[in-house]
Amino acid sequence: MTSEMFQLILMTVVTAATPLILAAIGELVTERAGVLNLGVEGMMIMGAALGFAGAYASGSTTIGALCGIVAGTLMAALFGLLTIGLAINQVASGLALTIFGLGLSGLLGTGFVGLKRDAAPQLHIQGLSDLPYMGELVFGEDPFVYAAILLVAGTAWFLSRTRAGLALRATGDNHQSAHALGLPVRRTRFLATLFGGACAGLAGAYLTLAYTPFWSPGMTAGRGWIALALVVFASWRPWRIVLGALLFGGATVLQLHAQAASFGLPGQLLSAAPYLATIVALLFLSSGARRNAAAPAALGQPFIAPR
Amino acid sequence: MRIDLEPRPARTLALDIGAPIVALVAAIIFGGIVIWLLGKSPTLAFEVYFINPLLEGWSLQELAVKACPLVLIAVGLSFCYRANLWNIGAEGQFITGGLLGGWLGILTHNEAYQGLIGGWWILPSMLVLGAIGGALYALIPALLRVWLGASEILTSLMLVYVAELGLDWLVRGPFKDPEGFNFPQSVVFDDIARLPFLAEGERLHAGVLLALIAALIAAFVFARSLFGFEVRLIGEAPRAARFAGFDDRKLTLTVFVISGALAGLAGICEVAGQIGQLTPKISPGYGFTAIIVAFLGRLSPVGILVAALVLALTYIGGEAAQVELSLPSDMTRAFQGILLMCVLVADIATRYRIRLRLGAAA
Repeated sequence: MTSEMFQLILMTVVTAATPLILAAIGELVTERAGVLNLGVEGMMIMGAALGFAGAYASGSTTIGALCGIVAGTLMAALFGLLTIGLAINQVASGLALTIFGLGLSGLLGTGFVGLKRDAAPQLHIQGLSDLPYMGELVFGEDPFVYAAILLVAGTAWFLSRTRAGLALRATGDNHQSAHALGLPVRRTRFLATLFGGACAGLAGAYLTLAYTPFWSPGMTAGRGWIALALVVFASWRPWRIVLGALLFGGATVLQLHAQAASFGLPGQLLSAAPYLATIVALLFLSSGARRNAAAPAALGQPFIAPR
Repeated sequence: MRIDLEPRPARTLALDIGAPIVALVAAIIFGGIVIWLLGKSPTLAFEVYFINPLLEGWSLQELAVKACPLVLIAVGLSFCYRANLWNIGAEGQFITGGLLGGWLGILTHNEAYQGLIGGWWILPSMLVLGAIGGALYALIPALLRVWLGASEILTSLMLVYVAELGLDWLVRGPFKDPEGFNFPQSVVFDDIARLPFLAEGERLHAGVLLALIAALIAAFVFARSLFGFEVRLIGEAPRAARFAGFDDRKLTLTVFVISGALAGLAGICEVAGQIGQLTPKISPGYGFTAIIVAFLGRLSPVGILVAALVLALTYIGGEAAQVELSLPSDMTRAFQGILLMCVLVADIATRYRIRLRLGAAA
């Protein structure tokens, strides 16, 4: 295999990993604040549909990405209203959000099925991107990839180095104490949920604007759920999300190449690989005490202010 | 703006029964707004979705046929959800049940294995195999949770995708009808391997009776048995349940097996009832819709019977709306999502007074 080909394969791994990184880093912040939003799939598919619609109508990838972010944020706001405002069970609300998002995105996207637009352009820096072996991999990705890395870096810094990040983690670990300290538990959780929605919307927009530059209903194909699993896999640490997402991206790309090479294995078995890999990954990292130490202690528990 | 929740002193029966009805009405209004925004007539849509299917004999039968899998699955899920365990992979258990039971239907095609004793044993065995198929598949997330602490939510959902792909592979490969012109479907089962029909028209099959029986048994278990009490106690007060000596690991496995078996039974009823063969798509999302049925029925078997009819109506109305109003089938899904949210809000409103305080800080 030539180094050129190797670099191309690595680049497809990165593009397969990017939507997972984006969605998972948002969900990580949400969960660190103590909110389990199972609606990632629904927020993501809405981002994909409205991202494509916005980009198609305006002709601009940036506006498309913004539309995706707004769509995800609005969905998250609905979730926040239910679970934080009304203290409704988060698991059930998340499922409702996913079902609703899958349906509504199908309705809104009806007019856009079959349309195509150019994928988001890739960065090109004269000289650097042309470097052999690594040039394109490091300096020639599409802008979403760099945005994803910046988001992870920013989140890691925010959570571990800022006062607000500390308050957010306190809210997720023990909302009663946080409330007693005078921290605004519900406002913090609502904002964290909105951030998660914005990231999921952006992740969805990435699918229709860069990954496969067209819209089709249900195209997230479980990526939102895989992102949820990634947060567990990463033990709620930002940089481990990148590692996990690259592993998953690698599995996806490997699976595609295996299908093309047709080793005689049924294609369906290979298509099932990412889902099976998710289960295996969950097993490795959820066993025993380590997981319980890593998970935010108040994750999924509704908070009702004592009166 | 701030929302305050004040606990209600006592729950009343009127609230308990009224809440789901209010939720349904609210969901219909929100759904109507969506349809209006799409430029269609909400009143006409209401007629197509909720009135017309109730006016004709065949669509009433169809209603019962569509409600049957929803009741079976949702009754099973109510065991899990009452115990605060989140099996959301019933769709996968439905498929594996249909597969394992359907496998026997394929084996016994053309009167094979019927020799001296005849074919009377085939259908009951298929039903049992269907329940086993669903139960074993549900046991995977349950065991992973009990042994390794893996989230049953994520594992059960991932297994849905795996089951769908498995079914797809089997009906295009080993289970394919060799004389079927290469269509991705199995042979049509012999009549003796199919559920008998209860009425003319070859729609209303005996699976509907199984659904009724399952709901009645579950109602009895919840109301009268120690096991039913144990399920509720573990869900609502896990520490108290542990002090009382209940084994929550055993209970986790048990409720998953019950819910998987019922989902698998629903799967084989669908395959041996309506469809009569294995095809790449044996469920229009019954496993997920049943989650809404379980909540709309407030996790009570009798409530689930009513709720399943309501959700079955959205399927039939949805099909009609595709033809008459050219509304895509996604409308049904969006409506189901809206309905679930309304049900959850209504449920919280039975327990708390919801007060909006404008101008107050969150």
